[in-house]
Amino acid sequence: MTDKNNQELWRWTESNWANPDINFKKAKYITAGIDVGSVSSQAVVMADGEMLAYGNMRTGSDSPNSARNALNFALKELGADESIINYCIGTGYGRVNVPMADRTLTEIACHARGANYIYGSEVRTVLDVGGQDIKAIKCDEKGKVSNFLMNDKCAAGTGRGMEVFSDLVGVSINEVGDRSLDVEKEPEPVSSTCVVYAKTEATGLLRAGWSTEQVLAAYCRAMAGRIFELIEKIGIEKGFAVTGGMAKNRGVMERLMPMVKLDFMKTKWDTQLAGAAGAALFGNALCKKGKGRKK
Amino acid sequence: MFANYGYKDASGDYFITIDTDKCDGCEDCVTACSLGIFEVLDEDPNDPMRDEPVAIVKNDKKKKLKYECNPCKPKDNVAPLPCVASCKNQAISHSW
Ligand code: SF4
Ligand code: SF4
Repeated sequence: MTDKNNQELWRWTESNWANPDINFKKAKYITAGIDVGSVSSQAVVMADGEMLAYGNMRTGSDSPNSARNALNFALKELGADESIINYCIGTGYGRVNVPMADRTLTEIACHARGANYIYGSEVRTVLDVGGQDIKAIKCDEKGKVSNFLMNDKCAAGTGRGMEVFSDLVGVSINEVGDRSLDVEKEPEPVSSTCVVYAKTEATGLLRAGWSTEQVLAAYCRAMAGRIFELIEKIGIEKGFAVTGGMAKNRGVMERLMPMVKLDFMKTKWDTQLAGAAGAALFGNALCKKGKGRKK
Repeated sequence: MFANYGYKDASGDYFITIDTDKCDGCEDCVTACSLGIFEVLDEDPNDPMRDEPVAIVKNDKKKKLKYECNPCKPKDNVAPLPCVASCKNQAISHSW
């Protein structure tokens, strides 16, 4: 397998969008939130707290550039440049590397606030499975955090773990979920989601004659179990939403659902935008409080 | 807010929970813990709309709490932990 193919196996589609219904020139405050994760970076631009534009890209090796690229990707769609932004907040794993940010905030605060926008005020439990960590957050009807935990000690159960795995079995990350559901009988989960062990185990199973689908199913199931253990710790409340890249993986989500015993909330928005949307909303709130930068 | 700092791994759960509604930022825990696990910030990083000081577990400590807190947790004779005992508002608890 060449390097190029290798990369494309775990490449998801980058996207950007601008809201045709908002005339940003009339807005009082234009705020930006930039979420630099280990795998992807999102920029959300809001006009008075409404989604104006976004850009969602893969994080490059250079975080400051990733932040700028995501923002420019969003602004390009809008036909504007950075000068329209009154206040900018950086969040996420690489938040210290957002050069245009006026301040930074934790992912916890931003994800809860963003989920409240993306899913609506009924959301109470937010699970975010990002590239490098798992966050479980409980929040009130305003998106204010009441309980949270974050596991960022290892890649087990995270997007990065899934990427390593999809690469190992040679299945594109976009297909892992669907193909893992294409099994007649659900196999036992692999015994560990630890990236290192799972690799060895998966190789062993394939050699023992398991189909790729069965191995995918066993891994997705273990992943769901690992994620469930963590959310259980903060308690699961109705109004359950999943954000982050893993929300797009049906193989993990459909196995998690019977464990959680709740329907997952749906949204028209890209769930990867939650952190950046929350940051942009805090920017708007801070501007309204008189704490934002004046143009 | 219950802020749970720490992690779960194959050997167990290692979380320190700070109830930020009870915490008044007095810094007694900062003084009590000789290993420098806590710090008090002017603003809650997880709640930017709150303007009062609050204790957090330092970023570089939260991924190794099991080892950091080991000296305070002998196998038998579990005495009150210095951090827990120091907090007059009972805002601190440990999961293990
Ligand atoms: S001792 Fe208790 S109230 Fe004081 S800063 Fe520490 S956690 Fe907060
Ligand atoms: S148990 Fe000991 S080392 Fe751990 S936070 Fe408390 S005082 Fe510090």
